[in-house]
Amino acid sequence: MHKISIDSSPFKMSIMKKYISLLILLGFIYVSGTAQSEKYLKVMQEKVSQVDQARTVEAWQELANSFERIGETEKDQWLPFYYAALSRVMMGNMIANGQTGGFADKTDPEADKAEQLLAKALALTSENSELWCVKKMIATLRMMADPMSRFQTYGMAASAALQKAKQLDPLNPRVYLLEGQDKFFTPEQFGGSKTEAKALFEESIKKQETFKPASAIHPGWGLSQATYFYDQCK
Amino acid sequence: MSKWFIFLVALGISLGVSGQVKISGRVLDGKKKPVQGVSIGIKDSYDGATSDSAGNFKFSTTEKGSHIITASSIGFRNFELPVDIATEPMIIDIVLKDEISELKAVVISAGTFEASDRKKGTVLNPIDIVTTASGNADVVGALKSLPGAQQVGESEGLFVRGGTAAETKTFIDGTLVNNFFFSSVPNIAQRGRFSPFIFKGTVFSTGGYSALYGQALSSALILESIDMPEQTSANLGITIIGVSGGYQHLAKDKKSSFGIDYNYTDLRPAFALIKQRQEYEQVPIFHSADANFRIKTSKNGILKYYGTFSTNQLKFFTPSLDTLGYKDGFALKNVNMYHNLSWREGLGKKWKMLAGISYAYNRDDIEAGLYDQDKKQVSIPGFEFKNFQQVQRGNYFNSKLVLERRLYGLSMIRFGTEYNYSDDQSDYTAYTGQVFSQTVKEKIRSIFAETDIYITNNLAAKIGGRFEHSALLDKSNLAPRISLAYKAGKNAQASLAYGVFYQNPERIYLPAKAPLLFTKATHYIAQYQKVTSQRTFRTEIFYKKYHDLLKTSNFNGLQIASGNEGYGDAKGFELFWRDKKTIKNVDYWISYSYLETKRDYLNFPNAIQPSFAARHTASLIVKKFVTKWKTGFNGAYNYASGRPYYFIANNAQTGKTEFLDKGETPDYHNVSFSLNFLPSLGKKGAKMFAVYVLSVSNVFNFDQVFGYQYSYNGLRKEAIVPPSNMFLFIGAFLSFGVDRTEDAININL
Repeated sequence: MHKISIDSSPFKMSIMKKYISLLILLGFIYVSGTAQSEKYLKVMQEKVSQVDQARTVEAWQELANSFERIGETEKDQWLPFYYAALSRVMMGNMIANGQTGGFADKTDPEADKAEQLLAKALALTSENSELWCVKKMIATLRMMADPMSRFQTYGMAASAALQKAKQLDPLNPRVYLLEGQDKFFTPEQFGGSKTEAKALFEESIKKQETFKPASAIHPGWGLSQATYFYDQCK
Repeated sequence: MSKWFIFLVALGISLGVSGQVKISGRVLDGKKKPVQGVSIGIKDSYDGATSDSAGNFKFSTTEKGSHIITASSIGFRNFELPVDIATEPMIIDIVLKDEISELKAVVISAGTFEASDRKKGTVLNPIDIVTTASGNADVVGALKSLPGAQQVGESEGLFVRGGTAAETKTFIDGTLVNNFFFSSVPNIAQRGRFSPFIFKGTVFSTGGYSALYGQALSSALILESIDMPEQTSANLGITIIGVSGGYQHLAKDKKSSFGIDYNYTDLRPAFALIKQRQEYEQVPIFHSADANFRIKTSKNGILKYYGTFSTNQLKFFTPSLDTLGYKDGFALKNVNMYHNLSWREGLGKKWKMLAGISYAYNRDDIEAGLYDQDKKQVSIPGFEFKNFQQVQRGNYFNSKLVLERRLYGLSMIRFGTEYNYSDDQSDYTAYTGQVFSQTVKEKIRSIFAETDIYITNNLAAKIGGRFEHSALLDKSNLAPRISLAYKAGKNAQASLAYGVFYQNPERIYLPAKAPLLFTKATHYIAQYQKVTSQRTFRTEIFYKKYHDLLKTSNFNGLQIASGNEGYGDAKGFELFWRDKKTIKNVDYWISYSYLETKRDYLNFPNAIQPSFAARHTASLIVKKFVTKWKTGFNGAYNYASGRPYYFIANNAQTGKTEFLDKGETPDYHNVSFSLNFLPSLGKKGAKMFAVYVLSVSNVFNFDQVFGYQYSYNGLRKEAIVPPSNMFLFIGAFLSFGVDRTEDAININL
């Protein structure tokens, strides 16, 4: 607390006034600070709600750009960078369009950009399951671009990142969604299995039911994807 | 108080009034083409938009006053424009400038083939080195299927663009490797000493290489060892030619590792199965052990050690051409040791350092002689000289320091110094018992500097120079090197390279009878290439001029250097096409080289096409992995047109050499096949990962003639052919404690 000495009455009022003015000014700054934060929440909520709906390269590009602009303005928030990185990977996945190999020249730049954005988020909070999920997705995107020569490096990196994500939060439904997708897309000769994939998607859906995002703008996506893949396994 | 209140209300109103201003415009690139996906915004504000396919954008903002409009997109330099936002709608047209980036910039590639998975524009992947059917899992095997290299089967090494094998030098982690191949055996090509699995990157330069390297007239093979193993593992190999075992340990924090390996090669089972032309008294047996450690010294720093120790011995007989009914015997014992320590470190943001030292020791004990039918050594009048012993000992030390500083963009400058010491001793014991000893010591000190200049994404230059001083020759040289690369369209580029290269005279012709010079070659290379992720096309034309090549004269039956009056040239063109797209799941490449070369060197009477150079060389390499069978199938066809051969003899009257015979070998054909079966692939929780390999060279049993050897008087000649027409390799390689299922899963994800 500030110590205010009121020793002489002629000055008393003016000091009082100044003190009150100061309080009001502080209050104003606080309010305007909250307003800023409200603006952040509002914009983020609007954009985050689009994450589950984006289906095209252009839509993800738009989200990636928007989140990056927010991130560059709110440099101490990890969420905008997280979503920006996620959107970049998703954009890469859309460009890859389910093919195997032969598109490294198109997706590597997106993976590089996602990596840069993710690094900014990791600098703010490194032991975060959601960020390691994105790290896994980036490695998988790189690996898929040229599987024959990259599976040893990026394949390993992808599974290590996913393991870390699981270890940091075993209740994260996205961990099981990503694990299920690996099983789903891998041919059976290589250890893929639709049955195991189905069980993992089921697990992801179950975890979604109990998973409570820390706020409306914290990651909560993946239910529609998990349900979609679960249905594909039938 | 009321004054404050009014002030605050006024302030509140001014903030609350959200008059929105519309900002719109168009984004174009340097060529006035619209750019899609650009993020346009206001610095330190959320407001912004993404440009559409026509480059158009629009957004509204509540910001007022002085701000900075930004635009950013992958591959372009960030755009910033200070503006004053009032109330009027604003139209802003933006032109983005190309960012000079590895992604877009041209690659200085003239004369270079690179196998690496990190950089773009590489022709091969590291895995290609071991899955090329004709490569026999030898480091240089796969490289012989690239344009520029000859199909020489009678001796080891890379013969590049009309150059000898000695004109190609090999470097591991920056330092020179002596005795890269096992010691020479007459008419039998030897393998490289190093396993291809210890390298993660290979750069094969067929000319015009960087100023960081020297002492090679034709070619540099630059190998980079792996950093950290992926996991702790033990491995075991059982093959038709021997057994091997090893252990690699990776620390828990993944910041250090160590490993040891032992290899025992015994060719008895293979030679029992596959008949050899040579009659062996001692079938080749090799022992080799290696050890390594790697320590991460910082985020970008690593200290690496790799060392090997090996011994091998063999003894065989071949029918003597000189004295019918007798045999020529050859015995070799070799001891070799090699140590390499390198340190790579980032020094701040701009600087990088690479320091390396290597030390090698090699000893060959050779015994040659004439033997009777009972394999007893005999001395026949006139051919006594065929019985001799030779002990060669070499100590080699090489150290190198390279500093690299980043300039703007991708441009950088590198400079450094190299010190090379060699001490070769030879004791030759003639049939008389007389010992001729000689020692050749050499110290070469070099300094070099090189800069990569990226003028734009479309134009780059590498300019360098190298200064060397040889203590043995007591001479210095200065070698300029220049390369240019120009982007000639989407995925296409054209390159030019020029360079001067110096090399010391080969040690086997020393000590010389007269003062010598450096031998010298000047390279001119023009290249065009088009690379997409699925296809590669490249073509090169080259001209190489040789100056001051070594000439020899006969001294007691030995060829000894007598001067630098030799000369020669080589010219030709090469094509390379690799395609992973046209045939589904099949990856193939075709290479073709045309070479015209002549040289006058050693004891040649005049300039001739040397016997190691074929005019046409071609290869077809095909690879297919069948997922269902977990098996990779690899095939290779190598072709070379006939090579000339000569019998050169001294004319006692003129004192000069002359041709007593010459001719040309038939064309060379070789079809090889290999198969890799990986049954553990995708097995969940497998504790063992197995790879089974079957490979057959010269499947169709073609007769291959590499040249001819003559009797001492030149009256009889005999074809030099491979030890066996066909060779078969079967092996099982097991790796324990490594669950690679995850890798495999991701293969076809």
